[in-house]
Amino acid sequence: MSLLSIRNLHASIGDKEILKGVNLEINRGEVHSIMGPNGNGKSTLAGIVAGNPKYTVTEGEVLYNGKNILDLPVDVRACEGIFLGFQYPVEIPGVSITNFMRTAVNEQRKYRGLDPLSGSEFLKLMEEKKKVVEMTATLANRSVNEGFSGGEKKKNEIFQMAMLNPTLAILDETDSGLDIDALRIVATGVNKLRTPDNATIVITHYQRLLDYIVPDFVHVLYEGRIVKTGTKELALELEEKGYDWIRQELEAGK
Amino acid sequence: MDSIIQQMRAIRLALRKNEVWRSVDFDDFLTDDLVSPSLDDSYEYTYRCNIPDLDTDRLALVNGYCRQPLQVLPNGIVMGGLREARRQYPDLVQRYFGSCTTKTVTRSFTTMQDEAFGKGMVNPYLDINTEHYTDGLFVYIPDGVKVQKPLQFLSVIRSDHPLMLQTRNLVYVGRGSQVAIIHCDDSYDQNSSFSNNVTEIFADEGALVEHYKMQNLNAQSALLNQTYTTLQRDASLRSIAISINGGHIRNHSEIRMNGEGCETQAHGLYLIDKEEQVDNYIFVEHSHPHCHSNELFKGIMDDAARATFNGHVLVSDGAAKTEAYQSNKNILMTDKAVVNTKPFLEIYNDDVKCSHGSTIGQLDEQALFYIRSRGVSERTAKTMLLYAFCDEVIQKIAIPALRERLSDMVKKRLHGELNVCSDCALHCSTPCNGEEAGATFKIDVSKL
Repeated sequence: MSLLSIRNLHASIGDKEILKGVNLEINRGEVHSIMGPNGNGKSTLAGIVAGNPKYTVTEGEVLYNGKNILDLPVDVRACEGIFLGFQYPVEIPGVSITNFMRTAVNEQRKYRGLDPLSGSEFLKLMEEKKKVVEMTATLANRSVNEGFSGGEKKKNEIFQMAMLNPTLAILDETDSGLDIDALRIVATGVNKLRTPDNATIVITHYQRLLDYIVPDFVHVLYEGRIVKTGTKELALELEEKGYDWIRQELEAGK
Repeated sequence: MDSIIQQMRAIRLALRKNEVWRSVDFDDFLTDDLVSPSLDDSYEYTYRCNIPDLDTDRLALVNGYCRQPLQVLPNGIVMGGLREARRQYPDLVQRYFGSCTTKTVTRSFTTMQDEAFGKGMVNPYLDINTEHYTDGLFVYIPDGVKVQKPLQFLSVIRSDHPLMLQTRNLVYVGRGSQVAIIHCDDSYDQNSSFSNNVTEIFADEGALVEHYKMQNLNAQSALLNQTYTTLQRDASLRSIAISINGGHIRNHSEIRMNGEGCETQAHGLYLIDKEEQVDNYIFVEHSHPHCHSNELFKGIMDDAARATFNGHVLVSDGAAKTEAYQSNKNILMTDKAVVNTKPFLEIYNDDVKCSHGSTIGQLDEQALFYIRSRGVSERTAKTMLLYAFCDEVIQKIAIPALRERLSDMVKKRLHGELNVCSDCALHCSTPCNGEEAGATFKIDVSKL
């Protein structure tokens, strides 16, 4: 059974149809990359799987571990092991990262019928996971994302991913706004978290991230549909030739 | 007594259209059965306050009277009751009494409007207090003294009949001196009361005054809390008003920066529910160059609670290089809750930096989604965001022990867990038999 199975997914925001029949199968242990020009539905797809209520699903289904999750609220999906790394992480003044993560970790534990972590257990976990993204101690005491640089925000996303240990992580444009060092740290973090039991979807429109996070599959999402699937060589080809040839291929095929 | 009540009712009528006072409606609290407190009332003064790591020097008013002897400390600080101070140190009291309440005569839009009362700021409630005050606290801090422990003013109302209080406090802070005042207004039982209190703070050159106003009264009580502050050259005021309970609270603050280089930080937080009303009026006068003022007031209103923010910054033509900022942010929990907000800048100099703004809204949907996307339930996420909303003001409290205590209290309050018996800054004298639900505060996040 696939970990995630998206079948004929149609979705819109307001009156505008964005996804026009997406099909995608993802198994445990795999890394998938979704590429494509801006405005073709990559973030919409990520948002729908994570449970963002601003999108309306008009047709199709999303099965996670064999269960349709479209009716589950976002927090329940998270407790079921789905994680969304935001393209634009939200600033939350007044909530420290430590407090935020303690609440999130313990609410997820509660969902799974586990006792909350004690203060010292939690701090130990924090220390361990901060190393994954080379996060400084001071950053963890600051309000979530408030005044963070682009790189710090994305590190914080991967740090949260490390803390929550999801089964399915969707990283939406995690590479945007990163310099080379930050990109390396973030990508190394993602690789460290990779296991045979979890899967990752990396959404990007630059090939450079895929030098660090090597995908098993590369999909091209174009005009609301996955129009091409290949291996990491497809990403290189896209980098070299842009997306025009895909449009031409599609038009020729019609 | 009857005549005072009559006078106050008449004031309400006369000021109904006055911009400064229109939101003040104490009629429901000005009942015929109010009586003046008597010095003979011999209530046991009990006080328990258990703020970890917070050590204060306490001055208490019980029903408006100070029952502690006047003290003169080795460093020259005089503190005690105003009545007693007036007897023992008439010159000192004479020198500063009324020095901060002088009406502004500067050109001002608001004063022009007051046709009914002629020019000049109108405040008949102040006049009533000046005429009828019973007692209050007096603190004199000589020049160059850094007061180590915060001074805690406790104004406790405890009575078996409804009381009308007219209390007058006077604080003088000498040149270059520093003091923190924690000013708590509490009611001890569920009897109604009406307090018309005036506090004058005169901060001499280079002085620094922190003034924390903590208000936790029963729902039958009204509090008109007038604070008049004068800052001399290079003096600073940091004031924070935290209103958690009270039938009707009016924090009326007038701050006059009477020299160059003064700084005013005036903030407020109000968390109210049921039919409570909190009204913050703050007037800041910039009359000299290089003065700064900053106001941040935030509030959460549940049920049919009503709040008002009326901030007026007056920058007169001599006040070049002024920086003045005003901000008022509100969260309404229900359709019945009301907030009126009016940040108002009146500027007669063009070499200034000023801004003002207010928001009324619900919680940030994006932030809510972000928190929930980590597996946090909707209810917990909303509580986190409500606390975060309050935190901006709480973080401005400079005394760490007080800050932590309040942070803890606000959290409990948002969770609906705040016990009336909780030994905390705002519950130092609330009764244990709090079957009257008026003293608990519960925000129902499902309403958001």
